[in-house]
Amino acid sequence: MARLSIEHLRKTYGDLTVVDDVTIDIADGEFLVLLGPSGCGKTTTLRMVAGFIAPSAGTIAIGERSVTTLPPWKRNCGLVFQSYALFPHMTVAENVAFGLEMRKISPADRAPRVAEALRLVQLTGFDERYPRQLSGGQQQRVALARALAMEPDVLLLDEPLSNLDAKLRQEVRVEIRDLQRKLGLTTIMVTHDQEEALTMADRLVVMEKGKVRQIGTQRELYEKPADRFVAGFIGRSAFLDGEITAPGRFRTKGGVEIGCAAAIGTGAATLALRPERIAVAGEAQGLHNHFQARVEHASYLGAILDIDVSLSGSDRMLLQIPNKAGIAEPKPGETITIGWAEDAGLVYPREA
Amino acid sequence: MSASSRLSLGRLALNGAAGLALLYILLPLVFVTWLAFFRQEIPSFPPEGYSVKWFTAAANNQPFINGFLLSLQVGVAATLLGLLVGVPASLALVRHRIVLGPLFNTLLLLPLVMPGIVLGTAIYVFQIETEIATGLPVMGSQGGLIGAHTLVVIPWVVRLVTASLVGFDRTIEEAAQNLGAGPFTTFRRVTLPSIRPGIVAAGLFGFVTSFGNLEMSLFLVGPGRTTLPIAILQYLEWKIDPTVAAASLIQIVLIAVAMIVTDRYVKLSRVV
Repeated sequence: MARLSIEHLRKTYGDLTVVDDVTIDIADGEFLVLLGPSGCGKTTTLRMVAGFIAPSAGTIAIGERSVTTLPPWKRNCGLVFQSYALFPHMTVAENVAFGLEMRKISPADRAPRVAEALRLVQLTGFDERYPRQLSGGQQQRVALARALAMEPDVLLLDEPLSNLDAKLRQEVRVEIRDLQRKLGLTTIMVTHDQEEALTMADRLVVMEKGKVRQIGTQRELYEKPADRFVAGFIGRSAFLDGEITAPGRFRTKGGVEIGCAAAIGTGAATLALRPERIAVAGEAQGLHNHFQARVEHASYLGAILDIDVSLSGSDRMLLQIPNKAGIAEPKPGETITIGWAEDAGLVYPREA
Repeated sequence: MSASSRLSLGRLALNGAAGLALLYILLPLVFVTWLAFFRQEIPSFPPEGYSVKWFTAAANNQPFINGFLLSLQVGVAATLLGLLVGVPASLALVRHRIVLGPLFNTLLLLPLVMPGIVLGTAIYVFQIETEIATGLPVMGSQGGLIGAHTLVVIPWVVRLVTASLVGFDRTIEEAAQNLGAGPFTTFRRVTLPSIRPGIVAAGLFGFVTSFGNLEMSLFLVGPGRTTLPIAILQYLEWKIDPTVAAASLIQIVLIAVAMIVTDRYVKLSRVV
């Protein structure tokens, strides 16, 4: 195991920049998730680490070893493919032993390591099966066992759960995470599934359009999103467009004056609020920012109520209230009082 | 009329048509087989009796034996050469964006659609010119024959191997490389086993094509060096006794056995 450093990594195809100046440091034993919408460059980054794509610029180092120019077969990165990519003409045991065989380990020494890898993924006794005789979940485990058996310096997971059904995905998520912790594997996982990313990662990297938008823990990303994109991508946010008129003063398009703890200067801006930080009725009264809002739409979602309100003709926002006993579901057209603390609103310069 | 009876009527028509086509294909084979066992020398119906003497005659006919051996040698050599050229060519055509790739693909498939007479004439002229220019004894040589047969094997190899490469999932090659296999090991351990059915089928069909080739070979064989089809043709010029039918039947059985045996290891029906 080792730490992994990616520095100023860039990939361009002609005029198109797919990965733009990505720098990430992954600690020994850390589980890092690259998260972003499709086409954000996360898979390209992973494939550059594995050696299948040559970077246009930048360096990749595993431990003290620079691997930037090494071919894939000399990198010792265990990659679990989205499609599993098992060898169809080899048995489960042969698949798992392949990496060991390539390292010139004798058949006698291979056997116990194959058995151990299969035990780790709970597939003991499946040695002689062929991939086509296994379910999707089992194939996924074989792919994982095959990557683990060669004792990689870094484990790479490319959307490993996307081909599993929802229930199985939940289980495998926990299993992979436990295994990764137990073995102390430095791991990078690529996913577009936010929930998967949040439940598995030690730290997350949010990417968009080839750039790293923010690196941080779940709490950091949720509570202190670096920009409007992250605020909208991680969890839900209510956005109000407007401008900063003076330090700590935000005026919406519809002319509503809001107090905020803005870290930016005057000019066009967007105010982001987490829906659950907005208080309603009595709880809203004592807060600095409180307004009369008209209910536009209310959705009953079981544990919470989603309420769409308008502050003015052109300012709509979403808020969520917990479904407590005896709470009345607001009706469209009603007027309710809503409010939030000044520091609940995060202000970002308006993006062009 | 109910939907189900209409369906079964359609099915009946389909099965009938398929049966008719099958009969059309098999009928000559049935007659050749039948004829091979006739007792009389001049084939006429109904047969005067049955005998296996023509099989003995065919097996003891020296031109047939020599022809068979030459056809076998030429067929095997041409098949191996065809694979040696065709497999890398297919890999290059499918895997890499080659300038004028489609043109090369068409060129490689061309011998399949070219009439054998035309191909034979062209190669004949080419061989004469080569001999005149270089002084090498190309004309009528076994090497010249093998070269020409390689040409008719290549289209089969390119067609079948290309087809199996197109459906091949390249991520398993990446998986092999990720596990530490270099390009050559990856090809040998992962790519080759996956396209093996295509290669085996290509070899088999290439061999059969070469073995049965008559028109092109007619131009290229040297004196006293004839392939089996030519030996059979020459025999037919003088006699029409069932020896020819017996020889053909032996040939049909050999090829059928080769196909059945191959199919046990590689499912030909999947590639062809």
